Amino acid sequence: MCAQPAPAEQASSQPSGGGRTVLDDRDIARALTRISHEILERNKGARDLVLLGIPSRGVPLAQRIAERIAAVEGYAVPVGSLDVTMYRDDLRLKPARALLPTEIPPGGVDDKVVVLVDDVLFSGRTIRSALDALQDVGRPAAVRLAVLVDRGHRELPIRADFVGKNLPTSLVERVRLSVAEIDGVDEVTIEGTVTR
Amino acid sequence: MKRHLLSAADLTRDDAELVLTTADEMRSLADRPIKKLPALRGRTVVNLFFEDSTRTRISFEAAAKRLSADVINFAAKGSSLSKGESLKDTALTLEAMGADAVVVRHGSSGAPHRLAHSGWVRSSVVNAGDGTHEHPTQALLDAFTMWKHLGESRPGGLEGRRVAIVGDVLHSRVARSNALLLRTLGAEVTLVAPPTLLPVGVESWPVETSYDLDAVIPKADAVMMLRVQRERMQGGFFPTPREYSRRYGLDARRMATLQDHTIVMHPGPMVRGMEITADVADSARSVIVEQVTNGVAVRMAVLYLLLGGSEPAVGGEE
Repeated sequence: MCAQPAPAEQASSQPSGGGRTVLDDRDIARALTRISHEILERNKGARDLVLLGIPSRGVPLAQRIAERIAAVEGYAVPVGSLDVTMYRDDLRLKPARALLPTEIPPGGVDDKVVVLVDDVLFSGRTIRSALDALQDVGRPAAVRLAVLVDRGHRELPIRADFVGKNLPTSLVERVRLSVAEIDGVDEVTIEGTVTR
Repeated sequence: MKRHLLSAADLTRDDAELVLTTADEMRSLADRPIKKLPALRGRTVVNLFFEDSTRTRISFEAAAKRLSADVINFAAKGSSLSKGESLKDTALTLEAMGADAVVVRHGSSGAPHRLAHSGWVRSSVVNAGDGTHEHPTQALLDAFTMWKHLGESRPGGLEGRRVAIVGDVLHSRVARSNALLLRTLGAEVTLVAPPTLLPVGVESWPVETSYDLDAVIPKADAVMMLRVQRERMQGGFFPTPREYSRRYGLDARRMATLQDHTIVMHPGPMVRGMEITADVADSARSVIVEQVTNGVAVRMAVLYLLLGGSEPAVGGEE
């Protein structure tokens, strides 16, 4: 059942890479809308919120969540980006990597409710780096985490507050988000799936 | 493996643009409450200065400290170097102390190259100025300053931009490194100097040359004035300082012939009244102070890219 439809899907909806599409553009849009509402509900409105996307693909997601919040609340939530490259625990294990943009909104993060936005939550190490990076930027009143996909296999005691989709995976699989702003298409794919 | 930064010619265009974009991120650190990044925690950077320097040494020290590296300053004065210790023995001492990077300034051209390739040290070597040869991080910070002002801070931004480098090219390691790097980045460089202050073999450099400052600067997008290095001059290279200033100095009258967007640069230290007048140095076109600020960001980028990972991301082979 799995083996047959997959090639057809690849031919129709995947100009870029291999893998099986698990979320298409409409699924992603719905998930982001739900996350936006959950953030508002939890925060009791949009006041004092700051959205920080983790580059590269967390940033467009953060911007889309901000658009949805603006549509509902009529309030422009500050959006920025937070690069975690220099705070990674595997920095020494790989060749020096190019830095990605960090843009903290003009109001800063002090005493704000910061929502970190990332594409896929996996080991939790990126989020640990992000918490360290955030500490050097200021002292938020609270930090929350929104991710589009939670694929499990945490290696640190970290969990997400807002999850687009829980996706049970095996460790050999690779989960990849493509976004229209960077890759020209919105979708989440799984590569390296063991065919059963 | 790429480990050292000895010459501006070691950098490919991709390398150089990686340094510039990385430096851009490093510069934004200056606006944060905590001006420190953890990237080089536990690494040791030695500043080995055989020649006097204020801004370059301080700049490297600030850069290394902002990346959380440990810094050891090693100046020739007051050390065993003044007792006649050789470069080799000094290098072996540093190696024994476990330096991860050696930032070296030396009065002899080629000393950093010797240090890097002799097998005396395993650390990365960064050339912070050797004799009249090269000063690659100065070229990078100059390119970065131009890139911010003229290149819209994007890759390829200096393509076709015209840069005039004016003055004592003969004794200037800054001029050579700048000429090489700016060429790599696609800019057009014109060296302007009296014939006595142009080096032998300048025709093999990737540059134009001119003796006529007034003809060159109206077309330039950036004008870089060089200090007349009288301490390196034995004999007469020009008749009098006054005549030099009149023909090759940048004053208000010449500044008025520049295009509106043209910036005025100087690697420092300046001799006001010689190659540049005080009103030009303090004018709105002058980016001389900004060059110093950018120097820290660029040196952070270089140290990060050489030491931050398991192997360097830029620099020369071997």
